[in-house]
Amino acid sequence: MSSSSTEVQLLGSGVSPFEWRIIWALKWKGVDFEFIQEDVSNKSSLLLEKNPVYKMIPVLIHGRNSVSESLIILEYIDETWKENPILPADPTERAHARFWAKFSEDKITEPIKQAFHCAGEKQAEGVKALGEGLDILEGKIRGKKFFGGDSFGYLDIVVGWISYWLHFNQEAAGYNVMDQERYPGIDQWMKNFLEVEIIKENLPPSDEMMSSYIMYREMSLAFLNSNNKSD
Amino acid sequence: MAGEELILLNFWPSMFGARARIALAEKGLNYEEKEEDLPNKSPLLLKMNPVHKKIPVLIHNGKPVCESLIIVEYIDEVWSDRVPLLPSHPYERAQARFWADFIDKKVYAAGNKIIWHKRKDEAEEGKKELIEILKVLEGVLEDKAYFGGEVFGFVDIALIGFYMWFHTYETCADFSIEAECPKLMEWAKRCLKRETVSKSLADPNKVYDLMMSFRNKFGSD
Repeated sequence: MSSSSTEVQLLGSGVSPFEWRIIWALKWKGVDFEFIQEDVSNKSSLLLEKNPVYKMIPVLIHGRNSVSESLIILEYIDETWKENPILPADPTERAHARFWAKFSEDKITEPIKQAFHCAGEKQAEGVKALGEGLDILEGKIRGKKFFGGDSFGYLDIVVGWISYWLHFNQEAAGYNVMDQERYPGIDQWMKNFLEVEIIKENLPPSDEMMSSYIMYREMSLAFLNSNNKSD
Repeated sequence: MAGEELILLNFWPSMFGARARIALAEKGLNYEEKEEDLPNKSPLLLKMNPVHKKIPVLIHNGKPVCESLIIVEYIDEVWSDRVPLLPSHPYERAQARFWADFIDKKVYAAGNKIIWHKRKDEAEEGKKELIEILKVLEGVLEDKAYFGGEVFGFVDIALIGFYMWFHTYETCADFSIEAECPKLMEWAKRCLKRETVSKSLADPNKVYDLMMSFRNKFGSD
């Protein structure tokens, strides 16, 4: 069952990896949707109404339903539109997929945020934690084309953002953790990920990414300086 | 079911382990519980959860499932022929997952601030945060019997394990959760009337005694 384009809307900033997970999932399922651009420094009443708890993008609006938190949105999409399943069918494999998705949020996404938003020792701490998270991820992906083997799926959609975003994040924040010799498996998987049709055709433009991330980094540093700390 | 082997690796005061216990009980499942001594983790735990080395771990026919909410969803999916723990409609499922995730992100951290405070103002801060979070949850509950409505389910399971710790939080920061969030305490007592819950939660006084012994050993104040 596919919905008309006005029935599904996605609130996003344009450059957040978490909203692009949703775009990839919707494209994978062939679901039409309307993208609504949010200015996160000046949040719309729509965003505040649809995500009153966190007031953050992405938010998926489907008719009268609004869903936030990207991993929860992915499961909602998978359960609502049954074509081209994203999560595996087997409960054990689903549990493993969810485990690794949570792992990536806790041990890769969070350290990247710390490395990006902090300076000095706190940044170094984030970079070190990121390296450790990537060590574990390397063990998981090495020798495989995608996380599920030959088939592109849920974990690729969840973790794949680093294939494109990590470069801009590192450039803007002045750190470098993605060492091809330390992470040959991740390096190859990133290349495989970026070759997938729906990914290749659905990435934010690099100039917009670079300028946004430089701006975000400046904002973080200004915040740290005004509070006179590195965290 | 013949031939099913279920083992739960747990630590008795864990609010996360309680989630797994309640889910197993709700589905009427027999299992073996192995108590972990966390300073001396068993080879089985290290083998079954090498990434985090944490409890709870559910081992089903030799295969591990880790992370408490993931365990609850797994139990619900495998034993889908019995009382459901999550709603069936995708939007209601998304709402249930959202609030369980909110509980995961917020309650434990605020509680830890209270227990492990190094300065009195940290305990006060933790208390204010916890009260705010519990009031949000009270708002979500409204006048419903359970978070999902008439039926006990996922969000109730996600939160009720923390009840074991309320006495500890209250004593460490000198406040009353019942006074601050009376509707939430009514909900907790309603949950405790279910045998699946009351048999799955440890005695709050024992939890408090254990935490105080840890605090004395590892030092705060």
